[in-house]
Amino acid sequence: MSSLAGLRKSRYGSLALVGLAVFAAGVLPFFYESGSPFIDDCVTALAYVVMALGLNIVVGFAGLLDLGYVAFFAIGAYAIGWFGSGFFSNVNGGEGIHIGVAGLAADLPGFHFNFLLVLVVAVLLTAVAGAIIGLPTLRLRGDYIAIVTLAFGEIIGRIAINGDEIKLGTHTLTAGRQGITPVDKVDLPFVDPFTSLNLRPWYWLALALVLLVLFVNVRLRDSRLGRAWIALREDEVAAASMGVPLVKTKLLAYAVGAAFGGISGAFLGSYLNTVNADQFQFSFSIFILAMIILGGLGSIWGVVVGAIALSFINTRLIPDVLNPVPGKIGLDFDLTQLSFGIFGFLLVIMMVLRPEGLIPERRRKLELTEGIGTGEESVYEARA
Amino acid sequence: MNAGATSEPAPKPGNSDVDGLLLEAQAIFKVFGGLVAVEDVSFSLPRKSIMSIIGPNGAGKTTFFNMLTGLYKPTSGRVLFDGEDVTGKRPDKIMAKGVARTFQNIRLFATMSALENVMVSQHSRTKSGLFGSILRTPRTRREEREATEKGRQELEYVGLKPSVFEEMSVNLSYGDQRRLEIARALASDPALLLLDEPTAGMNPQESAELTEFMRRLRDERGLTILLIEHDMKVVMEVSERITVLDHGEKIAEGKPEEVRKDERVIEAYLGTKA
Repeated sequence: MSSLAGLRKSRYGSLALVGLAVFAAGVLPFFYESGSPFIDDCVTALAYVVMALGLNIVVGFAGLLDLGYVAFFAIGAYAIGWFGSGFFSNVNGGEGIHIGVAGLAADLPGFHFNFLLVLVVAVLLTAVAGAIIGLPTLRLRGDYIAIVTLAFGEIIGRIAINGDEIKLGTHTLTAGRQGITPVDKVDLPFVDPFTSLNLRPWYWLALALVLLVLFVNVRLRDSRLGRAWIALREDEVAAASMGVPLVKTKLLAYAVGAAFGGISGAFLGSYLNTVNADQFQFSFSIFILAMIILGGLGSIWGVVVGAIALSFINTRLIPDVLNPVPGKIGLDFDLTQLSFGIFGFLLVIMMVLRPEGLIPERRRKLELTEGIGTGEESVYEARA
Repeated sequence: MNAGATSEPAPKPGNSDVDGLLLEAQAIFKVFGGLVAVEDVSFSLPRKSIMSIIGPNGAGKTTFFNMLTGLYKPTSGRVLFDGEDVTGKRPDKIMAKGVARTFQNIRLFATMSALENVMVSQHSRTKSGLFGSILRTPRTRREEREATEKGRQELEYVGLKPSVFEEMSVNLSYGDQRRLEIARALASDPALLLLDEPTAGMNPQESAELTEFMRRLRDERGLTILLIEHDMKVVMEVSERITVLDHGEKIAEGKPEEVRKDERVIEAYLGTKA
């Protein structure tokens, strides 16, 4: 059996590899036109990486199956919809409230906060929402957690869709299916405001967010908290008996995971220039979950690869490369409508050929190949 | 009986401390649905003593352990640790007060290394939180270093070879896994160590070593030890006092030689005379 010490050394060795990958990713946009659709797909993929890394904390590290992750995408997106657009057009007597914004946005009605401030708001809102979704699941295990989180995702999705009927004073909560648009472009200090013509700054910002989230992920994995999460995943009863407070540890996993979803949501809201309730569907939760399963549950680098792979399969492979295929063999249907069928097919193939994921976590690999750590015994009388 | 237990005058907190008692269980009941798993068991454990709970399978021994460590909440009765009422407190809170345990069927964190296992059990002795861990502040680093060092010491103390410290616990030999479970409990600096059938699956030689080791724990580290055990040789040799449970009730208590001769104990183990 491989010793963990060896793996740990190789982890330091791979640091150079990571540096190289970051450099390559950093210069990538120069090989494409500034408005190229490829850069567009890259930006989307990077935003998905952030979400997948967030979900990985909840599902991969702490072992809490969360099927409602889309809720945090939604809340993050509404953070910028509410605080970075003209949506609340009546505030301050129609003058708008502006914090740290310049240019066009500074004269528009509604809340217009600087993007960094919106990120903070998104993180706070989603972390709280994460803890709230965590609360009812504390007494539950395995599949039951999945059902409750699924319901939570649906509830947030429904609120988003019907939010145009929910009145907050003179305003509605959301714009429903019409969407909140336009949304303020990212405006960072010392940098020219982003535009929809030049996608490079968006790309670099998304890359920076990925690096930030990666950093936090790695640090947390190798910390007291990370160990507590993994202990919890391995054996909840033993973890509690060894002094790990279950409630606090689980809620932290939910909150941190959710916060990453919020960051990504706020970014995508600005990037896509709309916050539309149709974006927040159950299938999106599954899409992100499929990314981390494809990459390797619990494996940080696996999740990055899985998210990029699935994102590109979704945005390039299916619509561009595979779509003409049915036409060529005399069939008449649109392959993009089958994309979830294709994801499902890919997952089945993966489960047969490589169930531990593309880049498996060292622990998980053992679990799947030798059937270890899957025992569920409810000795503990759970109480919140 | 239930009413009788509650109408008893409650001993003042701190009482058991004066008596030199580390743990006191007062009239503990545990009912699962219609099944009375533990019935009116009172029990006290002097400091720096080694005591055993024995009894046939299904006598309620492990259930009783689970109530002492907070995994189960007693239906009625009180548990005092170090003079403080810990009845129904959360397992991690009780562990933080100084009660550590091992499990009958080994419950290590299978895919964590031996060292990581003994670091998890230091959770309640360490502090670094979310932001400290992300920023890896000097305090966090020092704490990590100390926890690692402490973990290594405990692993050595129970006799694990340094070559297996980084090995996933599931890959360790059975004997090493048993040792690791004890090391994991010790790493939390407990005052009371609860061992649930520690010699299960051990050969006589290993059992004898463990007996010796338990004495060492008491003498070197001042630990109080309570064990559930089926190996009568170990029980008779190591225990100062023995409590016998049968069908959830305490049927005998006393020195090993007294318990050995007790009619009801013989009956419980061998059945009634025809």
